[in-house]
Amino acid sequence: MKSNRVIKVDALARVEGEGAIYVKIRNGQVADVKLKIYEPPRFFEAFLRGRRYTEAPDITARICGICPVAYQMSSVHAMENACGVKVGGQLRALRRLLYCGEWIESHALHVFMLHAPDFLGYEDAIQMAKDHPDVVKMALELKKIGNEIVQVLGGREVHPINVRVGGFYRVPTKREFAPLIEKLKWALEASLKSVAFTAKLPFPDFEQDYEFVALRHPDEYPLCEGRLVSNKGLDISIAEFTEHIVEEHVAHSNALHARIVKRGAFFVGPNARYSLNFDKLPPVAQEAAKEAGLEPVCRNPFKSIVIRCVEMVFACYEALRILEQYEPPDRPYVDTHPRAGIGHGCSEAPRGILYHRYRINDEGLIVDARIVPPTAQNQRTIELDLQNFVPRHMNLSDEKLTWVCEQAVRNYDPCISCATHFLKLHIERE
Amino acid sequence: MPSTKKAKRPKLAVFKFASCDGCQLSLLDCEDELLDIAGAVEIANFLEASRAVVKGPYDVAMVEGSITTPHDAERIQQIRRASRFLITIGACATAGGIQALRNFANVKDFISAVYASPQYIQTLNKSTPITDHVFVDFELRGCPVNKYHLVEVVSALLNHRKPNIPNYATCVECKRRGTVCVMVSHGTPCLGPVTQAGCNALCPSYNRGCYGCFGPKESPNTYSLSEWMRDSLQIPKPDIVRLYRGFNAYADAFRRQSEAYEK
Repeated sequence: MKSNRVIKVDALARVEGEGAIYVKIRNGQVADVKLKIYEPPRFFEAFLRGRRYTEAPDITARICGICPVAYQMSSVHAMENACGVKVGGQLRALRRLLYCGEWIESHALHVFMLHAPDFLGYEDAIQMAKDHPDVVKMALELKKIGNEIVQVLGGREVHPINVRVGGFYRVPTKREFAPLIEKLKWALEASLKSVAFTAKLPFPDFEQDYEFVALRHPDEYPLCEGRLVSNKGLDISIAEFTEHIVEEHVAHSNALHARIVKRGAFFVGPNARYSLNFDKLPPVAQEAAKEAGLEPVCRNPFKSIVIRCVEMVFACYEALRILEQYEPPDRPYVDTHPRAGIGHGCSEAPRGILYHRYRINDEGLIVDARIVPPTAQNQRTIELDLQNFVPRHMNLSDEKLTWVCEQAVRNYDPCISCATHFLKLHIERE
Repeated sequence: MPSTKKAKRPKLAVFKFASCDGCQLSLLDCEDELLDIAGAVEIANFLEASRAVVKGPYDVAMVEGSITTPHDAERIQQIRRASRFLITIGACATAGGIQALRNFANVKDFISAVYASPQYIQTLNKSTPITDHVFVDFELRGCPVNKYHLVEVVSALLNHRKPNIPNYATCVECKRRGTVCVMVSHGTPCLGPVTQAGCNALCPSYNRGCYGCFGPKESPNTYSLSEWMRDSLQIPKPDIVRLYRGFNAYADAFRRQSEAYEK
């Protein structure tokens, strides 16, 4: 094998948004790794200034078409935090339900349409469907059920319209929700089958000593609330986010690199959530994980595909629980009155924690906004994975090495539209 | 598509510019139709879904997103040259999208507001729709597009007929659904009378006003609607400006009306 080579993927496929990989190998050693993000800037933080606090959920949803619910949840929590309002009871449960819908939809999409083809050697899910029609059809049905939850409660699957600061514009009746219950029973079974299917995929032996960061809640597997914790000593309220997590401007990427103060790279998303919150999963999901051969802490990023399926089991179970106990609340929302101040919100997007901070004035206009999406936080970790993964596969042909590098990136399901919602750096072209 | 030539499926390509990926995702959200679509066409370029890329020319190119960088302004020219039909999907591609809010400001202020090393920034002052750069055969509205419209447009183009997409106001959809008018019944400001149909009047059915995801309808009377919101509903002018400055802020009718009320 050549000892000097350059592996380049000019346009990463099966990720959300536009990015590229550059790996330089000199004398058989990895000399340079860059995850390049060339998605154009969109300047959300800038144009949010001067908008009403009530507009944040509709506007920030447009950062991402795959996880709009995450943007809506982080923004409404931040605004309620600024206004000094807490949303509880059935409205809180409905928010969890909406988030479960997004997890099911997004995880099914990523697991089967974006990620599984890598393990099985197909270029896309449509090719995969020729040999595994039942699996792809099951995945599409699962995805559809996730979308249906978002549609019934949120109005539509991409950029839902029913989320507002304080709750919802209208809450569905029990009758509107009823058809979802039978479908979710099927989806729970299908998710369990997904766990079993993905558990049998061939995984590279690749474990790293990551710092996992996720929300942790005393009673629940985290979705919208909790403290931010890590396996290396982080334990903070979300209001302390920017004191502990800083973003750096690195020359080669269009999105900022985040790191934990005094420590460095960290890992958010399914592996982190699962490894920090295994004890909060319902028994059915814990059992499924054990049968799939997962330990309660999983340091192999390639196994994120199995964890996503375990989380689908959780999301179906949780959605069913909420629907079976659902009683429409008297009012669809609690009143909020703006006051000058700062609000923080953080929720678990399918790809990891999504942090929002807003300063609003006493008229309720946004003075300042800050949004830190999961992919920006994982960027450095993705590069470190490539740096550590490539040396083990030097014997592969350029073509195969390129593909496994792509796969290593797709473990993270990076959402590049999210990561670059406001930045663009100049790229030097090789 | 019935054809006398055997096994020559039309080539469909999907391209992305500045956007959230939501309109492309709407194609993947056609769970029931996806495998049929994939059987009827050759998916020649769809990076969100496949690493397999087939070279052009393409029979149909779907373009998502707006033009915001010098590089993208060149890339759209290449795509136009390689495509028989070019259709834009969504508010970004047809009106510049939410990122066109920069068009009302100085983009340099935006950059320095959010950014550590402005010298690296490479961005155009304006976010513009695809039709400002190349000839577009069909524009599909919406933020996001309606996924059934996507299927309709692909099917129409492949069968050499005109796509059957409504061009009347959202109000018509409310009437059809039997939704009570939110402006008349509870005084909620609503862009329904000036917005093109396509979402099945979703927002009023959830007790809120339309905020214009599908952009201006054909010959909308924004002047009259704005006066009515201001005088009868007592909506302050800055709120009316914000209402027009959403996901279709740079669509002509909405832009002009917001500028008129900004003074």
